[in-house]
This record gives sequence, C-alpha cells and structure tokens, in this order.
Amino acid sequence: MNSRKTAAAIAVTLAMALGASACGSSDKDSDGSKGGGGSAKADAGLSSIVNASDKKGGTVVYEHSSGPDSLDPGNTYYGWVQNFSRLYARALVTFKPAAGKEGLEVVPDLATSLGKASPDAKTWTYTLRKGVKFQDGTEITSKDVKYAIERSNFAPEALSNGPTYFKAYLEGGDKYKGPYKDKSPEGLKSIETPDPYTITFKLNKPFADMDYLAAFSQTAPVPQKADKGAEYVQNIVSSGPYKFDSYSESSGATLSRNPEWDQASDPIRKALPDKIELKLNVNATTVDEHLLSDTITADAAGTGLQSKTQPKVLVKADEKAKTDNPYAGALQYLAMNVNVKPFDNIECRKAVQYAVDKAGAVNAIGGAVKGDPASTLIPPSVSGYKKFDLYATPGNKGDAAKAKAALTACGKPGGFSTTLTARADRPDEVLVATQIQESLKKVGINADVKTFPADKYFTDFAGVPDWVHKNNAGLMMMAWGADWPTGFGFLDQIVNGSAIKPSGGTNLMELNDPKINKALTDGIGTVDPAARTAAWGNVDELVMQNASVVPLFYKKNLLYRPESAANVTVTEAYLGMYDYVLMSSTK
Amino acid sequence: MAAYIIRRVFAAVLLLLVVSAVTFAIFFLVPRLGGQTTDSLAAQYIGKSPTPDAIAAVKKNLGLDDPVYLQFWHFIKGIVVGAEYNFGPNPSVCHVPCFGYSFKTHVEIWPEIVQRIPVTLSLAVGAAVIWVLSGVAIGVLSALKRGSIIDRLAMGVALAGVSLPMFFTGLVSLALFSFHWTIWEGLEFVPFTENPGQWAWNLILPWCTLAFLYSALYARLTRAGMLETMGEDYIRTARAKGLRESKVVVKHGLRAALTPLVTIFGMDFALLLGGAVITERVYSFQGMGAFAIQGVTQSDLPKVMGVTLVAAFFIVVCNLLVDLVYAAIDPRVRLS
Repeated sequence: MNSRKTAAAIAVTLAMALGASACGSSDKDSDGSKGGGGSAKADAGLSSIVNASDKKGGTVVYEHSSGPDSLDPGNTYYGWVQNFSRLYARALVTFKPAAGKEGLEVVPDLATSLGKASPDAKTWTYTLRKGVKFQDGTEITSKDVKYAIERSNFAPEALSNGPTYFKAYLEGGDKYKGPYKDKSPEGLKSIETPDPYTITFKLNKPFADMDYLAAFSQTAPVPQKADKGAEYVQNIVSSGPYKFDSYSESSGATLSRNPEWDQASDPIRKALPDKIELKLNVNATTVDEHLLSDTITADAAGTGLQSKTQPKVLVKADEKAKTDNPYAGALQYLAMNVNVKPFDNIECRKAVQYAVDKAGAVNAIGGAVKGDPASTLIPPSVSGYKKFDLYATPGNKGDAAKAKAALTACGKPGGFSTTLTARADRPDEVLVATQIQESLKKVGINADVKTFPADKYFTDFAGVPDWVHKNNAGLMMMAWGADWPTGFGFLDQIVNGSAIKPSGGTNLMELNDPKINKALTDGIGTVDPAARTAAWGNVDELVMQNASVVPLFYKKNLLYRPESAANVTVTEAYLGMYDYVLMSSTK
Repeated sequence: MAAYIIRRVFAAVLLLLVVSAVTFAIFFLVPRLGGQTTDSLAAQYIGKSPTPDAIAAVKKNLGLDDPVYLQFWHFIKGIVVGAEYNFGPNPSVCHVPCFGYSFKTHVEIWPEIVQRIPVTLSLAVGAAVIWVLSGVAIGVLSALKRGSIIDRLAMGVALAGVSLPMFFTGLVSLALFSFHWTIWEGLEFVPFTENPGQWAWNLILPWCTLAFLYSALYARLTRAGMLETMGEDYIRTARAKGLRESKVVVKHGLRAALTPLVTIFGMDFALLLGGAVITERVYSFQGMGAFAIQGVTQSDLPKVMGVTLVAAFFIVVCNLLVDLVYAAIDPRVRLS
C-alpha cells in the first residue's frame, strides 16, 4: 500500500512540475527587446513586414514535425516546399515576396517579364534573363527549363508527387512519354525553345492563368546531365541564392550561399541569411517549444502552433503580440450530392443551408483562432473572392424557421434521414460533423455520421460516386485549398463537371451544371486579369445558387514569430504561411 | 557446442523467413482481403491527384500486379543478389543486401538502416547498462533490508517506473530539463565518433527515462529472486562454512537470482535494438524506431520490412546469446 502512495505522490509531483513548466516558459522572453520584434502587435505580419532589416548574415533554422514529399522542385506538391524551394530553385515567375495582398502578385523571376500570351490565350512565351548560372557555373538556358517541366510532369514512374497541370494543358501532353522513356532530342514538341533565352508553351485550350502554372517550382531549371530521376533530390543543382551542403531524408538539410548566384540578376531576393538549416522529423511538441524559446526561426510546415500550445500563447498579451492569425487559403465545407435523394431537390439542399450552425462549428474546433464562418467557396485570401451571403442566418447560427419552410417546399415537412461522412483521422472534421448532426436534428433531418480513413476517403468512399449512391451518403465533409491562389485554381477541381471521376474525384457534389462549367471555361479564356478575376466571384455565386455546398468556415492558422526572426510576413500565395524568401534571423 | 550453434542458426534463418513472409502478407494480402485493389495500393505512392497513367507506371515499376508470392520471391532474391529499379533516366541499382527501395522517398533501405543503427544502439546500450546496474543494485538492497524505509521507498519508485508510460516520462523530462530549465537545450543525437563527450551528455536524458521504465521491473524481479534464494538451505550452509557475507550474497545468492533476469534482459534489449519507437519519437532521434514509424505512417512497405527483419534478427541473436550465457552462470544447464 505504501509503495502505491509513494508512486501517486511522485506522479502528482511530476504532473505539477509539468504544469509549472507550461506556465513559466515566458520568463526568458521578458528581457528580449534586442530583436526589435517586441514592438509589433498581434497580426502585424498580415499587413506588414515585421522586424524589417537589411542586415546580412545569420542562420535561419526551420523545423518540421515530419518531412516533405520531396525537396526536388520537380517532385513536390506541398505548399511549404513550393515556398521553401525558392531559396535554391528559381522558377520562371514567382509570387512577390511582399506583405499583405501584394504577396498574391506574380512577378518575373528567371524570366524577364510575365508570360506574353497570344490573343486566344493558347500560346505563352517567356524570355529568360541572360547570364543566370547554376551552382556549377554553367549558364541556365531555356532547354533546362523545358527539361525540368518534362521530367516533373511526364515521368510518373519516377517523379509522381507533383501536380500534372502542364501535362493536362500542353498540346500533345497526353501522348508524350517523358524524358526517361522518350530519348528523342526534341522532347515534348509543344514546348519550343527557339533560342537559349526563349521558351514558348503551346496549350491545347485557352488558359489565362498560365503565369500561375509557371510559378510552380516545376519550371525551375534542372540540368539534364545531373538528373538522376528520383535520386536527383540527393544532389539538387541550385539556381537560387543557396545551395545544398548536405541533405538527408531523415534529419534534414543545410544550405549555404551559392557563389554563382548574382544579386544583379535577381530583383526579388535579398538573400540576407548566410545559412539555412532545415531539420526534419522533430517531435511536434518540441517544434512548438523551440519556437516559444526562440531556438528556431520558424516551423517549416507553416500550419501554425498545435492546438495544445495555442492557449499558452493566447492568454498572455506579450506572447499574443508575437502571433499572426492568417487565413490558410482553405475552406471547410459540407458537400451535398445532387444525385442522392432527397438532395436532388434544391429545396432540401436549401433546408440544410439554413439549418447548419456555422458559428457553432467554429466554436466546436476552438473558436475564432481556427476559422471564420464562411458564406462563399473562395476564401478571402484568394484572388477572385467576392463577399456575398445567399443564405444568411442571424449570427451564422442557423435559422430553423427558414429551414423548415424549405423542407416543406421540398415535400419533406417532417424531415428525412441521410448519411454524413467525415475523415476519422481529422479530429476537427469529426467534431464539426457531430456538431452539424445536432443542428440538423433540430429541423428533423437525421444524419448518421460515418467516418473513414483520410487516405482512402477519395479513392474508396466519398470520391467514388457509385459508393456514394449505394450508401445514401447525401452529406459529405470536405476541405479544400487551392493549388494556386486564384478563383480558378480553387474552384476548377471541386465544382467543374470534369472533376467527377469513377474514383478519386474531388467534386463531391457531382455538380455538372453546364452554366458553371461554361463560366469556368470562359473565365480561364479571358486574358485581361481584372475581368478574369471578376469572373470567379460570379462562378462562386452560381455554385451557391445551386445550394449544393454549405461553406462552413475559412480555415485559419496561428503562426508564431520568435524574437530572432526578422523580415517576417505572411504570404497569402502559399496558404498563409510566412514568406521564406524574405525571412532572415538576427541569430 | 558447434552442432548446437549451427542448429540454432538454421532455425533462426527459417524464423526470419517466416517473419518477413508474415509482414509481407500484412501489407499485401490483408488490404486485398479488405477489398482494396492494386490500383488503390499504387495510388498511395503518388501525390495528391493520382492519374491513371501514374498508377499504371507505379504498379509496373513496383511489380504490384505480380502475384504476391512472386513479389515476395523478388524481395528475398534482392537481399541476396540485389535488384534494379527504374526511377530515372538510368536504372537505379539496389546493392546487396537489398532490403528494397523506399516506395515513397526512393532511397535504398539498407544504408538508411545502417545509418540509424548507431543511434538506436547508443540508446539501447547506455540505457541497458544503467537499468541493469541500478535495477539489480536496488533489488539486492531491498531484499537484504526487507521491510525497511529503503526497501519501501525503492519499491515505490519502482512501481511508478513500471506504471508510467514512456511517452509520459519522456515528455515530462523534456518539459522539465530541456524546455523549462534548459539544461539540455537543442537535444539531438551526436555520433560517438564525432564527439564522445557530447554524445554521452545528450543521451543522458533519454537513457535515464528509458532506464527508469526498465530498472523498476528489474529491481522488483531481483528483489523477489533474492528473497527466495537467500532463504535456501545452501545459503545457510555457506554462512555456516564461515564465508564472508559479501561472498554469500554475491556468489551464492545473486548468481542464482540472476538467471531469470538474463532471459528477460535478452528479450528487452533485443526489442530495444529493433528501435526504441516511443523514445526516439519523443526526443526526435532518428533511429530505427523513428524509421519504422515513418514507414508505417507513409504505408512504405520496404521501410517497415527492413526494420522488422533487423529487429527480428536482433531478437533471435540475443536469444541465442542468452542460452549460451545460461550455461555459464547456471551450472545446472548443460548444452548437450
């Protein structure tokens, strides 16, 4: 008995000590006025560059709780790698390293200007800067860019991680076998390189967002000599201001200055730090603690502090001042399948629109820090966002009276039963699903919540129309972030009829409305940027009129700026993480 | 003796084959029984939007369409003669012993494991030394001073050690000594060959937390064993002969009490060599346990297979060693 008491006493002591450490970790920050970041307010990074500095030197240290899909610019889909790769890979164009909305602007990088389009938006030409060199001193030519695109989009047997938009939009892209199998010297014919500084893309349909495709790290040049396919990641040849000193899949990478990089050829990078360190597979709690204790500069993933760390920071004014709470460029929504009864009737869809308590959903996952109630598909941080609310309810809490009226109009005054799917390993999504289940119940709709593993959600369940019909899965939880931050980049994969697939589809509503499809096609054929951007808001409105999507909330992250982090600003172009091109360190 | 060892080695190889076959089946047969197609298996190894082209290419490259026994045969063959894969302009060679090529990150598995063995080995050896020494010492002391304050206190701590899971003690120790008092700041693994002092210093915390878990068990076992043997007739005989008390305790008492401990130690130590999964994760050490977790979360079969086989290998070897050690410490055991 005695030993049990002792054990209990020890356990209590340990637990209290843990609590003490949780409350006391800020004392070392109170003397920290040296960084200059101390004067900034919460959310300062959303609209300005915090702790701006022109001082060269120092080491920027990033940590990540797992790892990238690949650091190879031609084999990655992750937003943070797109952002990070700009330190060692220069794409044709990229997003402007700047604060606020300016960060959504595409600016020339390896190219001298943005793409020059033919009037039908089917032919795009870029001119490369002269005298830009790889880290081995050889000059970068248009052939290196062409090769990089060929390997990244057309060799799925070796490089399968990245998006394949070039394959989808380039003429003859469906037939070309990729540089590893097709060894002919001309390669893909629809990418022309008439001289070492000109590259022309011939597309199979009008596509005016071409500059956004050209901003993918896939257009960063790769010398054919050095390409070893999937193993290229071990020896990446830099075209940017930093080169790899070491790389290991398990522990990370160290980058130092690339002597062949020339500031004169690069108007957008200041390249302030001397060294960049990226540490991988660090325990997530440790990453947060390192941020709070100013041991590292940033969490590479850019998804912010973990839920359990957030309260620690938010309760103290001086700590909260070091946080930014940006939109993550993603929307959590509820999809209604228009081919599952009774959601084939728009009135029944409207009933759900009015019944759902969006404010409650946000509260369920932790309140305003995690998201804002949404009324549109396109989030405010994406070009083309238009503010409107077709199904407004008081305080976003739902309107039972309107919902019941819609149910009556649908011919189901007593309500009905259906199934609501969610991803089991996404706790927030399950919480929201349960909360929606409750608010639907109030108007007589009984939704049976069923959860499935995230990695099979689209390939085996919600993304398979046959499965959805058979299982009466009228309601499906879904979250979406754009591959590039325009209305088209956001909407095309989730509301276009062409995104309905036998398996792995992301148009969960099975929305195949000729009006919406046409509006998307017309919009992407519009070369004028202002007119094009305006088109996306209208598509958004068309989808909302169809009532098959209930936007729940625009996701938000809680980022933390340690004292030593300099030139810190949120880039909306990369899902609301910090801009890694700008970031430097006083350490 | 030689015949005995040969027999055991032969059995060990057979056992390893069975283990790898079972692991293989868990990855390739069980999902199929659950209704998965080879397409969905291949889709896991492609990024966000798997196209039919990419699925076909990956299936062909990894041989996922072959019958499972054939895939297993290719795997076993690879260990002995190496293999070739097409992940680029030229075929990539997977050198002997080829434990496969990661489906996700396209690196050879064996060098990755070799690179991680020092981490896991450092963790396991250091912790084992601490837990055996402290566990046995505390156990003996408790047994000799049965019922005293020391005994009760030691057994109390031991109970706590046994009952507190690693992810709790690990995180608490990190919170206290690394984040709060910053005695060990920026804890990371430093290879012994690079800086032995730093190596030992950075390992103290993981060693102690790991040892805390195990030494508790060993203390209790030693105490029980000692209490039993110290009551035996031959101890009284030894004392009656006029032997010094220290000799009675160590040579006659402890030696007999140790035999069951050796068996357990063999198993515990071997399991740790296969990867201290939670410890490595908590302290962000890139050992074999961390590698196994990576493999499991990414559904990257070759990684899991590699670690499983190496772990099984250690268990088999340690068991063999334990049996041999038995003969040395327990005169009653004969090999023939």
